Amino acid sequence: MEDLSRFKQTYFDESAELLEVAESGLLRLTPGEVDSDEVNAIFRAVHSIKGGGGAFGFTELVAFAHEFETVMDGVRNNTVPVTTELVDTLIRANDLLGQMLAYAREGDPAPAGTTDGTVAALRRHLSGGAPQAPAPAAAPAAPPPTPVYADDEDDEAGLFGDAMAAIAAARAEEDPVPPGKLRWTIVFRPRSDLLMSGNEPAFMLRALRRLGDATVECHTDALPNLQNLEAELLHLSWTVTLIADADVDLDKINDVFEFVADDCDIRITAEAPPPAAPEAPPPVTDPVPVAAAVPSAVAVTIPEASPKAPGAETPKAEAARPRPNGGGAEHAGLTSHTIRVDLDKIDRLVNMVGEMVITQAMIAEHVRELPPGEFQELLEGLEQLAQHTRELRESVMSIRAQPVSSVFSRMPRLVRECAATTGKEVQLVTSGETTEVDKTVVENLVDPLTHMIRNSIDHGLEGPEERERVGKPRAGTVHLSAQHRSGRIVIEITDDGRGINRPKVLSKAIEKGLVQPGATLSDEEIDNLIFLPGFSTADQVSNLSGRGVGMDVVRRNITSLGGRIGVYSTPGEGSRFVLSLPLTLAVLDGMVISVGEERFVLPLTNIVESLRPKAADLHGLVGKCDVMMARGEYVRLVYLHQLFGIPGAVADPTRALVVLVETEDGSRLGLVVDEVLGQQQVVIKSLEANFRRLDGVAAATILGDGRVALILDVAGLREMSRHMDSRAPRPPVAALPAPALEPV
Amino acid sequence: MEPSVKKKVLTVDDSRTMRDMVSFTLKGAGYDVVEAADGQQALGVIGANKVDLVITDLNMPVMDGLTLIRRLRATPAHRTLPILMLTTEADEKKKSEGRAVGATGWIVKPFNPEKLISVVQKVCG
Repeated sequence: MEDLSRFKQTYFDESAELLEVAESGLLRLTPGEVDSDEVNAIFRAVHSIKGGGGAFGFTELVAFAHEFETVMDGVRNNTVPVTTELVDTLIRANDLLGQMLAYAREGDPAPAGTTDGTVAALRRHLSGGAPQAPAPAAAPAAPPPTPVYADDEDDEAGLFGDAMAAIAAARAEEDPVPPGKLRWTIVFRPRSDLLMSGNEPAFMLRALRRLGDATVECHTDALPNLQNLEAELLHLSWTVTLIADADVDLDKINDVFEFVADDCDIRITAEAPPPAAPEAPPPVTDPVPVAAAVPSAVAVTIPEASPKAPGAETPKAEAARPRPNGGGAEHAGLTSHTIRVDLDKIDRLVNMVGEMVITQAMIAEHVRELPPGEFQELLEGLEQLAQHTRELRESVMSIRAQPVSSVFSRMPRLVRECAATTGKEVQLVTSGETTEVDKTVVENLVDPLTHMIRNSIDHGLEGPEERERVGKPRAGTVHLSAQHRSGRIVIEITDDGRGINRPKVLSKAIEKGLVQPGATLSDEEIDNLIFLPGFSTADQVSNLSGRGVGMDVVRRNITSLGGRIGVYSTPGEGSRFVLSLPLTLAVLDGMVISVGEERFVLPLTNIVESLRPKAADLHGLVGKCDVMMARGEYVRLVYLHQLFGIPGAVADPTRALVVLVETEDGSRLGLVVDEVLGQQQVVIKSLEANFRRLDGVAAATILGDGRVALILDVAGLREMSRHMDSRAPRPPVAALPAPALEPV
Repeated sequence: MEPSVKKKVLTVDDSRTMRDMVSFTLKGAGYDVVEAADGQQALGVIGANKVDLVITDLNMPVMDGLTLIRRLRATPAHRTLPILMLTTEADEKKKSEGRAVGATGWIVKPFNPEKLISVVQKVCG
């Protein structure tokens, strides 16, 4: 058993997943509509935890899992009715199972009586849901852990059928049995179709040989002549004389035939050495001659299922490529070959890939200076290297990618609890659970999502009565969704509650000194006040939220991941929170641009196009920003050199370049830059970790020539430019009349 | 049946722990082991590999063990393939169901490694 202890880690990891499976299944279990697949999945989860626990000898855990499993089995067989009370008990049982696993992991025994209450509750449901159970359940003082489960343990492997044919065959023996040994005579006459169950007599004879000194005699009397020979039928029988040590007993010999006892005529007799061994086992005379030998001659004539000679057919069928089972099955078989790898190793790999990307950029930088037309092969090789590096990067990143379902699956429980605490009726709808994102991002989503969902239920949704009054269904709906959008993951939390109470938010903000009294704020600005530190609208601090450490912490968590959060609210109809996060935190595809002597990187996913505007396309809005007409649409211009105070940059947009970028919410911006230098993969180095956070900057990177370039945050730039509008001096083109009708 | 060629065992179980343990134990005893998480996957693996023995759990998602055995026995090539059912359900009913669809034998988990090896040797040498 100690060999198997190395699998404990796998077991605990797997059990944790199974607990989640069981929990989410239990949360979906509604009285009246029982989905048998769902119930089966819960049963299997508990069953697997029990099975593995047995292998490691966690008896307490196994005993409890057995109780749990028994009730689930009842649910599966429709003998235990599904009631709200039952679901609650099962959820508690699932929690307790998790605790038992924790004890087992630590190697601690569970405190005495840990499971008593839950076991009693489980058993109450078993006894037909009757409130008070009769005798067995009414004994909480005597928890009966082991006996309950004993049925599974006494019989590790066994025989088909219960009969053992062992008849004392009187066979006169002239050879003396060596002292201390036993001579067994085993007559083994299998039924002719024995092979059809996959049993192979040769292996049984070999197994006998492992028990001692065996002499095998083969009887061929039942062999038909050649044209009647069926390759899949068996016509031989054997007599084995086995001289074995005294510790080889009848059980061990029977064990050899355990799977075929019903398909054979087996007679086993033992003979001890004449004088010695007074305590030799009694001669075996089990007198039950069941399974009367089917005469082989008869068996030969039994018509075979396949009319053709099966011997010739077999190899062909095996070689045939298309198999009757589903086409995807072969691939599916391969996906199960997974390994578990330490996260550190993957991170090291990610790091190495990052360095490789930098090195590759460096080489590309040098190669650019080579005379054109020369070193063609070198250039081609580098092109390939670049492509392989990209593929390697994507492969490595995909190792770290995980579906968000691991976070989403925790939410039903949260909703259930919040609903219970607030007395509201809440329905949670999730979509896009399979959307994949980097593991770090997934892990960091738990807290923000937890808080936001609590917030939606606590502040957003109305109570059932109030909802009815305003003509909404009693149960409020919270919709949690995830999707990939332009290289980022976008998570939305939508509720159909009352929406943000803007007057209340504003007065609260003024009261807390966050907003000057008399300030005029747009609806959007008011909504966004809830993200300010120290803001909380709850009249009374509730257990759920409203401690004033809410949405600002959420926002901080999200921004630290390179993400953004926004809120959209309609009074009376509900609110929608939108989170947008990068898919990975390590590498990105970027466009390197220059402004003066500085280099910046723009995430490729933000870029729409770059163009050199004609003077006619440019318009200044009085008292506001400059805009440019691009593809029939006015786009606000942002002068990077102004924003970052860079001297020596090209200030005139008609001589510079405008890079059109798009933010997640679809709004566009024109960044005025000197030059676009080229596309390249860059390794993201966190600014917060190495320096400090800067507005409009997502992170930094190291370019091929060794200099540091800032990676721009487009949405951040938009925010900055709005503030600039009110303060900054007018940009040079501001004087242009709008619209300018200047022939070009 | 070359003794120098490793016998290949397919372990079918939805529990990774179980697959790992069976796999580890049998590899230690000189067998090649391939894995599948349910009956459907197992059919795929058998389609792509020549296996000498199948050890299957009974209660699995997608396709359970009994269906797997039935499907295998319906294929001429696998009519005599040894198939052991590995299950915690030790009751006679399961065993006779297994027997009826053509299982070779069974092992009850939790198994101990020696027992597993000896049963495997018995059915596939």
